[in-house]
Amino acid sequence: MSKFKKNSKRESGAISTASLPDIVFMLLFFFMVATVLRTEEEMVKVVRPEASEIYKIEKKHLIRYINIGPPQDKRYGTEPVIQLNDQFADVVQIRDWVENERLTLAEAEQTKMWVSMKVDQDTKMGVVTDVKQELRKASALKVLYSASSRDRTN
Amino acid sequence: MARREIPEINAGSMADIAFLLLIFWLVTTTIDSDEGVKRQLPPPVPPDMEQQEVKDGDVYNVRTNFRDELLVEKEVLSIGQLKDGAKDFLVATGTGLLHPERPNITLGDDNMKYPERQWVRKAELTVLEQSYIAAGQDKRAEKVREKLTAIALFGSDYKELPGSALISLQTDRNTSYDLYLQVQNELEAAVNELRDELSLAKFNESYASLEERYSRTKEASLLDKIKAIRLVFPQRISEAEPRDASQGYY
Repeated sequence: MSKFKKNSKRESGAISTASLPDIVFMLLFFFMVATVLRTEEEMVKVVRPEASEIYKIEKKHLIRYINIGPPQDKRYGTEPVIQLNDQFADVVQIRDWVENERLTLAEAEQTKMWVSMKVDQDTKMGVVTDVKQELRKASALKVLYSASSRDRTN
Repeated sequence: MARREIPEINAGSMADIAFLLLIFWLVTTTIDSDEGVKRQLPPPVPPDMEQQEVKDGDVYNVRTNFRDELLVEKEVLSIGQLKDGAKDFLVATGTGLLHPERPNITLGDDNMKYPERQWVRKAELTVLEQSYIAAGQDKRAEKVREKLTAIALFGSDYKELPGSALISLQTDRNTSYDLYLQVQNELEAAVNELRDELSLAKFNESYASLEERYSRTKEASLLDKIKAIRLVFPQRISEAEPRDASQGYY
């Protein structure tokens, strides 16, 4: 018995928490580096519609974005506008934009470019149709209508 | 002057500060999500292209108007009814594999409600393949071979949709984008559900899972199954050339 008692008398020192901040900071930095941030500022308000037949693009570098929605800044009005890269654009500029964006891809991947259309759900189809027609003329035929996922209805 | 001892700063709260930072970061960052409904746009139409004549029953017309209402085959439907309607159209007169042959539909009528599915028979295809090979038409022979693989996988002949059968979607310029996407989504859901059904019955695995496994493993046997199911239920959603239908309303 005495043998055990002797042992239990020894006090174990408190675990040092001095390295805890370092660990958390490492976590923080990991997240900061690992998250893919939005590469461009969103200048239009987009509430994406919901859909159940969702497709996820694996190769993110192939995606180019077209945003359509009412401007964030009220000074530009409330009518839906088109945003290409980080500026407002007109429908006729889309063809040039597609050409330019295509050139940023490697030659072998130029035909695999995706255009992701982030369109606000309250936008009227007129603008969207015009954009689609321009995309067809520019032969950018792979389109993703950006949506958030939901379950299938029965 | 007496030197004052500098007391040690307590670093115990440091972890809390770092945690706060971490949580702040997690909450404020918006991660770009690249998911949505996939579509392949049709290539631009050359101006001299002729309009093709299609049988009335072979096209499933879906129209949306500026009041976000649906007109499907000249009937007003709600968005919830669209999927079942599209499924009926795609099954048409039965695939010869799963579905009942729908005896209540009179075919041969001028005003046929559904496209008439045609038998794809092994005996005929084998003859056809030989003739294509003899004529040196490799691409056509390849297509016939795909159908033969499908028959082998299903274990029986099947019926295919006629080439002209398609779902046509026409939107008004004043339809909301939300409704447009819901329509696209329901139409795709109709095809996907039929594919899942067939795939589960024949291969004991849903179509979605076949596709998912194929994208990971690139196994040729999976691709054959996927192609076979696509032959029975092709995804043919066409968007009509846009037109400002609201003109007629005013």
